[in-house]
Amino acid sequence: MTVKKKKSKMALYTRQDKAILYFGYFLLALFVIAIIVPVVYIIFASFMDPVTLQNKGITFDFSKWTLTAYERVATDAQIWIGFKNAVVYSILFTIISVAVTMLAAYPMSLPDFKGKKIFNTLFVITMFFGGGLIPTYLLINNLGLLDSMWAVILPGAFSVWNMIIARTYYQGIPHELREAADVDGASEMLYFFKILLPVCMPVVAVLALWQFVAMWNSYFDAMIYLNDTAKQPLQLVLRSILIQSQPESGMIADIQSTAERAQLAELLKYATIIISSLPLIVMYPFFQKYFDSGIMAGSIKG
Amino acid sequence: MKAKASPSGTVAVSSRQRWHNTCVYVRRHWQLYLLFLLPAVALTLIFKYAPMGGVLIAFQNYNPFKGILGSEWVGFDNFVRFMSSPDFQRYLVNTLKLSVYGLLWGFPIPIILAFLLNRIESKKIKQKVQLVLYMPNFISVIVLCGIVRVLLSVTGPVNGLLNTSINFMTLPEAFRPIYIISGIWQGAGWASIMYTASLSNASKDLKEAAMIDGANLLQQIVTVEWPAIKDMVVIQFILQAGNIMSIGFEKAYALQTDLNLSSSEIIATYVYKKGLLDGDYSFSTAVGLFNTVINVILLIAVNKVVAKLNDGKGL
Repeated sequence: MTVKKKKSKMALYTRQDKAILYFGYFLLALFVIAIIVPVVYIIFASFMDPVTLQNKGITFDFSKWTLTAYERVATDAQIWIGFKNAVVYSILFTIISVAVTMLAAYPMSLPDFKGKKIFNTLFVITMFFGGGLIPTYLLINNLGLLDSMWAVILPGAFSVWNMIIARTYYQGIPHELREAADVDGASEMLYFFKILLPVCMPVVAVLALWQFVAMWNSYFDAMIYLNDTAKQPLQLVLRSILIQSQPESGMIADIQSTAERAQLAELLKYATIIISSLPLIVMYPFFQKYFDSGIMAGSIKG
Repeated sequence: MKAKASPSGTVAVSSRQRWHNTCVYVRRHWQLYLLFLLPAVALTLIFKYAPMGGVLIAFQNYNPFKGILGSEWVGFDNFVRFMSSPDFQRYLVNTLKLSVYGLLWGFPIPIILAFLLNRIESKKIKQKVQLVLYMPNFISVIVLCGIVRVLLSVTGPVNGLLNTSINFMTLPEAFRPIYIISGIWQGAGWASIMYTASLSNASKDLKEAAMIDGANLLQQIVTVEWPAIKDMVVIQFILQAGNIMSIGFEKAYALQTDLNLSSSEIIATYVYKKGLLDGDYSFSTAVGLFNTVINVILLIAVNKVVAKLNDGKGL
């Protein structure tokens, strides 16, 4: 029976089913194309000469291609300050968040842990109810954290959702492991760091990726808590360039006419989009194996 | 030190005995409390519970110089002021429309994507398709809105294709389609992961058996694949439908222009502007609290309804 299985799969479908299936594939292909086309367009557009871009759009007349936009964006100091801040905040946030979450999930995963219900209620309530914007802002202000990077790092560092995921993962680890460690007289700390954590690296990797991406891509907390331009992360710099259409003044200072400035400002947006998105887009395929392994799905279910 | 936590529930233990056992347990496992749980509890109490106390200013005419204790109490005045203002209905409707339409259009697409991905026989092709589908998830909100803005700008490619010069970002009626379509573009692939994983984990043998037994595509989907993801679909629906009022600030704010406010001003952006830009702390907090309470009620209601439809299984 199994000999022909591979080839005959498609043959098992009736003609009507095949039609439905191909129509489905067609829709899927459309979706894929819809994702790729804008991205490719922006890549091409970022190499255009500003005047050509505005008047004709993309051309494949390579004499009209320039690196102007990239030079101007890459030589701007504020972009690099933003990058540096984003890297610092994202790494610190990831480390603190994953550490606090993995630690807290451990006692919560033990069947005989006393006080589990109380702590669980304490945590879960915060998933549904919160003080809201102004009370949180006033608190940060009272703590003296305005214009401090800790204002964007600490409030979201402990995620209940991620704790639940880590807890579910721990619960999937065979109990014998802990019982063996208990017999050997290993302390909780020793067992956790030497035995449990090493087998939980997949969930650590997934949570780390999530938290890093979340911090790297967010702008709201930075917008309300960090006014000092030297402390602003990349997304805030991008916001003024892309959303408010106010490129950093150094990028267009040498251009005299307003029309040319406007054209250049538009072009700079394309290069900025590419430069700022590149790091994550390049990094993410290396994590893809974790996406499909069902870690996330399996854990979310619990 | 030999004291063991007695197996609870087997014999009726006096409350004093139980208290004693708890103390022994805590003393013996102090590391679990002080080293493992304390950081999370501290962060939660400081950054989540302290602001919950701060919602009291919604019932005050809060003055930052006098603090919560010194400010004047005004009862429900702020709520009445908000609900009787002509803008109230508009912001509420904008919020609801944006998220309800977003849910209706956006919710089924990841499920359909997962079914289709699951039917791709070649592993290599499947992986490449997934690589593309997940990619937009890693683009930030700001960059996404930047992309939307350059593509839709008056001199941009969309207007070039249509041979028009419409400024889409200033049209109130264009805001919701832009918001929802760009949301699907960015999030549908990523949201399909959960469904794809449960499909590929659960259904292989069953599906083959069903195919050999001559089940057609629809029968396979109904009998094998749908049961594999049903629970996930229910959970996702409860979470998303329950969070209809807490639709995010970041993207709506980044797609707002002065001219599309009549459809793009939602409660979250209004709270921000009133509170932090105008400094009307108490009023803004009241609006935010109103939003949170509705959200909690919705979540409970949706959970109840779904549980009823789903043989008592909710969240």
